[in-house]
Amino acid sequence: MTKIFQRFLFCLLCLLGAPALAQEADAPIQQLLQHHGEIIAKSSRKTIAPAIDALAASGLPAAQQVLERWQAKEMWRDETSGLFVFAEEIDRDTLRIFDPANGTEIGAVPDEGYKQLKPNSGIRGMIGAALVQFQLSAPDPVTRATALDAIERDPDASHLLALRNAVGNESDPALKARKARLERLLTIRFDTDTATRIEAIESFAGDPAVDVRATLNPLVATRIEVATAAPQGDDIARILSVGSDALPRAAAYALLVEDGLVAPVLSRAEKRAALIAHLRDGAVGGYQVAQLDREDARDAAYAKLAETGAVAAVATEAEVSAALDAHVFYERFIGAPPIVARAALRALDAIETKVNLNRAADLVLDALSLASIYFLAAIGLAITFGVMGVINMAHGEFIMMGAYTGYVVQQVIPNYTVSILAALPIAFAVTFLAGVAMERLVIRWLRHRPLETLLATFGISIALQQIAKNIFGTQARPLTSPAWLDGSLVLNDIVSISYIRIAIFVLALVFLALFLFVMNRTRLGLEVRAVTQNPRMAASMGINPDRINMLTFGLGSGIAGIAGVAIGLYAKVTSEMGQDYIVQSFMTVVVGGVGNIWGALVGAAMVGSLQKGIEWFNPSNTLAAQTYMILFVILFIQFRPRGIIALKGRAAEA
Amino acid sequence: MSDLTLSAPTRRRPLVLRHPSVLVFLVVLALFTLGVTLLSEGIGLGVISTSFIKTLGKTLCFCLVALAMDLVWGYCGILSLGHMAFFGLGGYAIGMWLMYERTRRIIVDSLATAELPATPQEISDGIASQIFGVVGASDFPPIWAFAHSLPLQLAAVIVAPGLLALVFGWLAFRSRVTGVYLSILTQAMTLALALYLFQNDSGLRGNNGLSGLQNLPGLDLVPQSTVSLWFFWASALALGAGYLFCAWLVSGKFGSVIRAIRDDETRVRFLGYPVEGFKLVVFTLTAILAGIAGALYYPQAGIINPAEVAPIASIYLAVWVAIGGRGRLYGAVIGAAFVSLLSSWFTGGQAPDLKIGSLHIQWVDWWTVLLGLSFVAVTLFAPKGIGGLVDLAARIKSPNRHGADLGPGAGALREREADE
Repeated sequence: MTKIFQRFLFCLLCLLGAPALAQEADAPIQQLLQHHGEIIAKSSRKTIAPAIDALAASGLPAAQQVLERWQAKEMWRDETSGLFVFAEEIDRDTLRIFDPANGTEIGAVPDEGYKQLKPNSGIRGMIGAALVQFQLSAPDPVTRATALDAIERDPDASHLLALRNAVGNESDPALKARKARLERLLTIRFDTDTATRIEAIESFAGDPAVDVRATLNPLVATRIEVATAAPQGDDIARILSVGSDALPRAAAYALLVEDGLVAPVLSRAEKRAALIAHLRDGAVGGYQVAQLDREDARDAAYAKLAETGAVAAVATEAEVSAALDAHVFYERFIGAPPIVARAALRALDAIETKVNLNRAADLVLDALSLASIYFLAAIGLAITFGVMGVINMAHGEFIMMGAYTGYVVQQVIPNYTVSILAALPIAFAVTFLAGVAMERLVIRWLRHRPLETLLATFGISIALQQIAKNIFGTQARPLTSPAWLDGSLVLNDIVSISYIRIAIFVLALVFLALFLFVMNRTRLGLEVRAVTQNPRMAASMGINPDRINMLTFGLGSGIAGIAGVAIGLYAKVTSEMGQDYIVQSFMTVVVGGVGNIWGALVGAAMVGSLQKGIEWFNPSNTLAAQTYMILFVILFIQFRPRGIIALKGRAAEA
Repeated sequence: MSDLTLSAPTRRRPLVLRHPSVLVFLVVLALFTLGVTLLSEGIGLGVISTSFIKTLGKTLCFCLVALAMDLVWGYCGILSLGHMAFFGLGGYAIGMWLMYERTRRIIVDSLATAELPATPQEISDGIASQIFGVVGASDFPPIWAFAHSLPLQLAAVIVAPGLLALVFGWLAFRSRVTGVYLSILTQAMTLALALYLFQNDSGLRGNNGLSGLQNLPGLDLVPQSTVSLWFFWASALALGAGYLFCAWLVSGKFGSVIRAIRDDETRVRFLGYPVEGFKLVVFTLTAILAGIAGALYYPQAGIINPAEVAPIASIYLAVWVAIGGRGRLYGAVIGAAFVSLLSSWFTGGQAPDLKIGSLHIQWVDWWTVLLGLSFVAVTLFAPKGIGGLVDLAARIKSPNRHGADLGPGAGALREREADE
């Protein structure tokens, strides 16, 4: 009973509310929608474009909201009157509808008479593109930036006008610059006026940014065409000679075949297939199958077949040559009008020069950073090798030990900045102690037996490596750098250097300075130099050579530990990481010269820049770079067996 | 009459009499080979499995390369850390033929059923795409030019390591690079070779290496148990011949000169000997020996890849020789056999785990640590290595003179005692 009453009441309400449901059917936006009503309702990607364009170009204040609601599938159509409304679903079968003209609420209605517009993803994308022009002048700078991002990702001719309109009233200078730049890029791509395009192209001369090149490259696209005589015309980019890199002989002939100018040349496989297809009673073209195990026999058999007309004739080598000689091959601009294309070519040339210069600068930075890593790795070695004449093959394992110390410290101290700052001295202490222990236990007893020192330290190296593997496992452990070392210093699209590499470079400089200070300005340095030059004389002057040797070895090992932390920051920490650096470190010391910090510096610079230099010629292959670098060092030793900076006098005899 | 006998040159006694250790070694090797053959699976009682025959054969090859290492290091004083590069080159040289020939037979068989008989070009293309497909190439690199010919590749087993050693040695020795510098340089050489081979466009299948080498082309019907014995015998023969050759080489004047170079290079040079020439000969000869050992090793191992010539392999070679006792040929052989067999026993997981209190030591993990530390211990406390035990035994047998004059006729004993 109550249910019936409620229904009655609802109907009554509806009747009463009818005047309120009326909407402005003659509002301009509604008229526009009605004008395109059929294609909007059809909602097909192929036909929808005029409706969206009309909305976007209408200049009506409500257009933006209509597009947004439409995109969000919130636009419905009254099936009886054909009017469009915005609607929200209150529950399964009731809608709250709004007037598209001004967004005012009309009321709640049952959804039976309304049909939701469901634009598919393609149409939503088109609507999104149309919306960009509204977003470009949105009050929120973030929205404007997002709109610019969207245009950069997927530029369209329709954006050009919107951008041009939006540049003038932009208040944010950074955004204004971006808009202006983007406007010029779009001008190059989409403007119809040649002079404007050329002007925009010329404004980019020498700009090495990637997006400029990406914009210009399609303009200079060419197509290879063929003619019997040298063509005339402005749009001829260049005449190609057959057999050059740009046009190999086979490609040129393929072009002729494609144009139907000559008979094709069959590949071996095709010829073989044709012969097989015409096999009759174990013979083809007058040849027995058993005879066809040579190419010339197959050619002859095919020629016989062609004579009988069973297969198409193929061109002989002489015919191919004649056909190629009779034709001229040239490239025609197809990406843009010739005058624009030529301007783009000129701009690209200028950019190319600039890019190469920048690449060279980037290479120098790379080489510097690699050199500073090698320097850090080799400086400890230079101390022990140069000062004590001891080859420490476990040096790489001290580097690893330092890196693992850093890893362990990071497990204890969660703050990355603090843990790195703490890891440096702790790594130094750990490897210093390990070095002192090694000197005391092993190296001291092998004095004057350098080859056996080398072997014994090898034994230690093998053992340390395996111990690390047993403790930390075989997988790489991360040594995370603090956030302020993340990212890189980007100068432009080509030149960039990560902050970690800068930090390593600075660290290398610090150690150079520290080492020079210790050796030249402290008592310890004085004693070390004395022991290096003449241990017996130093001993008779009251210096304890054993103590000095121990401290020197500890110092060298400690620096290896710090190098390990630095290297661990940008490379993974594994038990084998020492091996990656040990040979390069030795190369550095041997090339530079023993017993001299400047030697290690020069050696590191040389080995680092050499390796990067070789990579420059063959960028895909770092293995080859290392191979050639080692070969070079072996040859280099021929000319300077004692390194670039060799010790002179008696010290060199040791 | 008596004048005649006096004027006749005193004939040197045969090598085996002057050095009884050579005879002992050869007899032991022969008995060992015979014993293994009798116990083998292929033709004997079947006590020793085929895989262990292969292990033993490979060990014999290690012994041969250790001999070479002993000659260059123990006798000539050149601590080469690159001899496994020559070993690997020998393996690559023979491996190229094995792989080429085996693939060729497979390709010819598969093309035999085609409608048209295969042309040489088709066969060659088929082999190339079969071998180099893994590195994305389908053409034969120039270094495979001789891979079709067994004699030429056998020659390459000798020529490739020999030539590399000759060029490298000539460069290194003429600029008077000695001692630790030379060691590092040889290590750099083997690293450079390994890095080069790791590239895919090196023409030797990059880090895939050459594989399937255990199958002898055309002998598919012969079981591996028999093939393994053939290689075992060949390895034993090579080791015996190599030992005899090395013993002969070091017993004569040549041996004296290279030992002198080891002890005091400058003095030998001042005496007028061409030190560099001697070193170069030793370096090249030992490289060839290593190449031959490698050519015998890799068909038994079945696969060779660039990791085999990584610097660490050559370091292990030095470890074997040092533990066995350098400067004596049997020391090198003992060291290589002992350490490599022990190593495969420990790393093979057969060694029982050690439990000390709560510490649970698994030898698979800790064997390398033990090896490294015992190597340090040997260097520190027993520079003569295992071979030094022979000296100890000999001294126990030798007469105790209680400080009396050595007297005439004591020969070598006198020299040694005066040394101490």
